[in-house]
Amino acid sequence: MFVYILRRLLATIPVMGVVAVFVFFLLRFAPGDPAAIIAGEDATVAQIAAIRAKLGLDRPVLEQFGLWILGMLQGDFGTSIFSNLPVTRLIAQRLEPTVALTLSTLLVAVLLAIPLGVLAAARARQLTDRLVMLFAVMGFAMPVFLVGYVLIYIFAVKLGWLPVQGYSPIAQGLWPWAERLILPSLALGITYMALIARVTRASMLEVLSQDYIRTANSKGLANSRVLMLHAFKNAAVPIVTVIGIGIALLISGVVITETVFNIPGLGRLTVDAVLKRDYPIVQGLIIVFAGVKVLVNLAVDISYAFLDPRIRY
Amino acid sequence: MAIAETTDALDPPRPALPARWWRAVRRNPTIVIGGLLLFALIVMAVAAPWITVDPFKQTPVNRLRPPSEKFWFGTDRYGRDVFARTLHGARVSLIVGLTVALISSLIGLALGLLCGFFRRVDGIVMRVMDGLMAIPSILLAIALITLSRSGLGIVITAIVIPEVPRVVRVVRSVVLSIKEQAYIDSAVAGGTRTGKLLYKHILPNTIAPLIVQATYVCASAMLIEASLSFLGAGVPPEIPSWGNIIAQSRDFFQIAPWAIFIPGAFLALTVLAVNMLGDGLRDRLDPRLARRL
Repeated sequence: MFVYILRRLLATIPVMGVVAVFVFFLLRFAPGDPAAIIAGEDATVAQIAAIRAKLGLDRPVLEQFGLWILGMLQGDFGTSIFSNLPVTRLIAQRLEPTVALTLSTLLVAVLLAIPLGVLAAARARQLTDRLVMLFAVMGFAMPVFLVGYVLIYIFAVKLGWLPVQGYSPIAQGLWPWAERLILPSLALGITYMALIARVTRASMLEVLSQDYIRTANSKGLANSRVLMLHAFKNAAVPIVTVIGIGIALLISGVVITETVFNIPGLGRLTVDAVLKRDYPIVQGLIIVFAGVKVLVNLAVDISYAFLDPRIRY
Repeated sequence: MAIAETTDALDPPRPALPARWWRAVRRNPTIVIGGLLLFALIVMAVAAPWITVDPFKQTPVNRLRPPSEKFWFGTDRYGRDVFARTLHGARVSLIVGLTVALISSLIGLALGLLCGFFRRVDGIVMRVMDGLMAIPSILLAIALITLSRSGLGIVITAIVIPEVPRVVRVVRSVVLSIKEQAYIDSAVAGGTRTGKLLYKHILPNTIAPLIVQATYVCASAMLIEASLSFLGAGVPPEIPSWGNIIAQSRDFFQIAPWAIFIPGAFLALTVLAVNMLGDGLRDRLDPRLARRL
């Protein structure tokens, strides 16, 4: 087990290496002169030269790459072109809203989608099942911003139950914090919920057709007991996998959700950096988000061993 | 004469056209519904210049008008007709979706065949693909766009790069499983050259899963394009894409929600149609995969 975890951990190094090489050389091989594009239309030659120096474009490629990697290993992700602040500090300032949003979405999605999927499987091919599947198909087609605006319109503008937009730090009270996370979590979670519900249903159906379920049913065990204890436990591996894979959806969606709901998190930081073409910030954020995704995949792989003792390494 | 009569008697009469259509619908409801929806959208997109007014024309007197008989979908902050802009937006979405699907399929097919067939290429290319897949697609596209002047071409390129690995994985896995089949061994033993082997025996097997994957790529490309434009990092703001229409109406959301809801609904409907087509084709072409999901 320990050897397996160690081996999987080592396997993440080449993946992150490719990510680093990619975002680094993108700057070098971008069509046109990135320094001129970042500086803007009416920049002077001196301004362009200053940005070129800041990006390290005036140094030899390999030397610059080495310095950049060494810096990151020591926690230095470079400095913003416009504010001159270290990227790590900018990220740290914006971390709380994004972590809160992602975790609450994860929680809401899992708590709503898994029961839906189990219910659909238990009532396979009946009305409940069709409705859940309809929701799942629709959920895949819904852009996050459309869901977000519809939710704001209904629950904030028309009914006035919840605040329209914004974020309140958790330190300033639990309820103001929570009530501003409800709508964004639902908007961000819709595709994720569709995915989890679909896989839960499929995995449950697969298990429910097994012989031991028939045995459990025929010896007179209560339906709910068979469903939860015998079936759900054995259907868990694909469900956990898809919860893990879906984190990627959340990371992409965070950028849009934070824009719709005016949440000052990493997503807003990304968008602001793109609009100002502040490449060091974009670069740092990509490394961080890719790192999170890789670590989640790792955690999913490791969790198999606990969920399914038949899996040997 | 007599012979003709016997065949006539043996062959059941061909069912009338409506009956045959109905049977096709009953057999593949998702393909037919998705296909018809998509067809209707394509017709509207193509006909947009003839059936709508000028999508760029600003009439400040008519700004922020709700949907009415004159302005079916209302007007936006500059008094531009949302109906005209939405239909023209369909053109952008469809062009981006179809182009990205086509380009990523071709690149993905080539790389997937190479990876599945040549061990040495496989190791390197798949590591690169794993790395690209680790970057969330919107962020990858954003990084590219930060460094370039905005335009439709760069948006398409920026969406193709994160989509290619998904195609490569599908094609590669098909090639790997086909390679184990006995008929490939016999072809090799019979002295078939590698090029012919790939082209004649392996390539045809990848087409069905490739088409299914291409529909999903198309749907995802349309969503990513709209998201990028919504964030202000997509196609240039003067082009009326659905994402741009929504982005430009953001500040007036509470006064003129139609300028957000209607283009958004069109986007959702288009993506739904393409996904349904994909699901239907998958069930039809690849029953093994269908049972898994």
